[in-house]
Amino acid sequence: MTARALLVLAGLLVAIPAASPACAERLIVSVSNHRVTVTPNYSGEELVLFGSVERDADTPPGRTNYDLVVSVIGPRADMVTRRKERRFGIWINSDYRQFLQVPTYLALFSNRPFDQIASPEVQRRQQLGLNNVLLMQRVGPDYADVVPNDVFRSAFVRLRIEHGLYREETSTVTFLTPTLFRTTIPLPAEVPIGTYNVEIKLFTDGALVTKADTAFEIVKVGFEQFVANTARQNGLAYGLVTAAMALMTGWMASIVFRRD
Amino acid sequence: MQLYLPIADIPVNIFLVLAMGAAVGFVSGMFGIGGGFLMTPLLIFIGIAPAVAVASVASHIAASSFSGAISYWRRRAIDPTLALILLSGGTIGTALGVWTFTYLRSLGQLDLMIGLSYVVLLTAVGGAMAYEGLRAMLRTRRGGTVTLRRPGSHGWIHGLPLKMRFKRSKIYLSIIPVIFVGLVIGFIGAVMGIGGGFILVPLMIYLLRVPTSTVIGTSMVLTLVTMIFATLLHAVTNHLVDAVLALILMVGGVTGAQFGARAGQKIRGEHLRLLLGLLVLAVGIRFAVELVIRPADLFTIRETGGAAP
Repeated sequence: MTARALLVLAGLLVAIPAASPACAERLIVSVSNHRVTVTPNYSGEELVLFGSVERDADTPPGRTNYDLVVSVIGPRADMVTRRKERRFGIWINSDYRQFLQVPTYLALFSNRPFDQIASPEVQRRQQLGLNNVLLMQRVGPDYADVVPNDVFRSAFVRLRIEHGLYREETSTVTFLTPTLFRTTIPLPAEVPIGTYNVEIKLFTDGALVTKADTAFEIVKVGFEQFVANTARQNGLAYGLVTAAMALMTGWMASIVFRRD
Repeated sequence: MQLYLPIADIPVNIFLVLAMGAAVGFVSGMFGIGGGFLMTPLLIFIGIAPAVAVASVASHIAASSFSGAISYWRRRAIDPTLALILLSGGTIGTALGVWTFTYLRSLGQLDLMIGLSYVVLLTAVGGAMAYEGLRAMLRTRRGGTVTLRRPGSHGWIHGLPLKMRFKRSKIYLSIIPVIFVGLVIGFIGAVMGIGGGFILVPLMIYLLRVPTSTVIGTSMVLTLVTMIFATLLHAVTNHLVDAVLALILMVGGVTGAQFGARAGQKIRGEHLRLLLGLLVLAVGIRFAVELVIRPADLFTIRETGGAAP
């Protein structure tokens, strides 16, 4: 790619300056669509995240060994994980853990495995990988995130992964040039509605250099939005309309199929 | 063809849901039951959240039973007086049921209670109906009479005060057991989230001795009113009724119910009871198996709200 094309591309992107100006690099990122609309025929979508590493005079010359970690964090909610146990011959829910304000969607992408990017200590501090993401639990009166191999935590993560709502892929971020990168963000059909924050962290030699944030939202529009809003705000009217609809449908059928 | 459901928040295949509605509608028209005990598990199976499924099924049952009730009304197969008295008991039962539901939920074992009551009720009712239907069939084959026995010796129910004449059904009966039956159905319906038709029909036949000609139509009226009430309650309290899902189910359901009602009139009473008995028994056994066999996954996740924007 020529320098001119890069310049044009950079101009199209939304520039978000890095948090710490002392850093020698800056990240410029953008997602292909900042507003995903859910329409009647919505059945999942795939977004693309573009970005480039901007270098300036302070950048040590010849530094190109960049690593990138992209975290996509969906709207947060409280969830309960229950475990069934056999009692008196039948399987019943016995024990449970409450997960507080955990992401309903969580995707972690990088260009190579996390343990090659940084030391275990840095991985834990920067929450790299599903094993290191903070998932706050309420255990009795205490609030804590427990060890990654805790049965409830691993069952929770496993079930979310099975639904495509949590994912960890360590080869999806690709560098097109040493400084230009892209990754895809797959959104499953049952993706939660809300605001999604995207965090991009740049590492080099196992240390965090800089990071950037962007966001996109998933919204219902038109008819879907109207129905969802009415159900929430005018419950009685909505119920009456649904009941009337039921009676109308039943009555219509008895006319259509009348034989005598 | 995929269609996104606005409340359930997932896309479904519109033809699949339509076919499910029609199949359950056929069964409900044939036996005069709501079919909620079939529809709710089916919806959960295709990935709809249980709470949304229960809430949306109520309006589907209302539509099916209304279209069924109209055709039974034309055939003069509904006893309005009987329906009215059943409803008065049903209303009290529903209120008691909602109160119990809330209490059980506060204890944290509501799912288990629902599962267990499904197993106990469905296997007991289904087993008894299948057995009775089979016996009646065997009797016919041997050349015996198949008319339901209405012995004068059936003492205690007929000895109760407050007797009333139900003209359409041609029975002379105390209103106390009628109100009691309505109360039981209302209670069970509210706790288990079903219309209760499959329990109501045998109770009316065997306990109240209502003739088969008016049983199904009358039970449909009761189902219709309780399900309309349930739709309103779910819409006001939980905001979980998916009108789009409900509409697809309704359109399939009412169509199926029409054909089911016609098929039901052609089949002999005892065959009908045997079939319904076997169907109810099968669903009951399925629930029992689910409780007894080690689940594929011991863990489940449920969102408990608090979704921050």
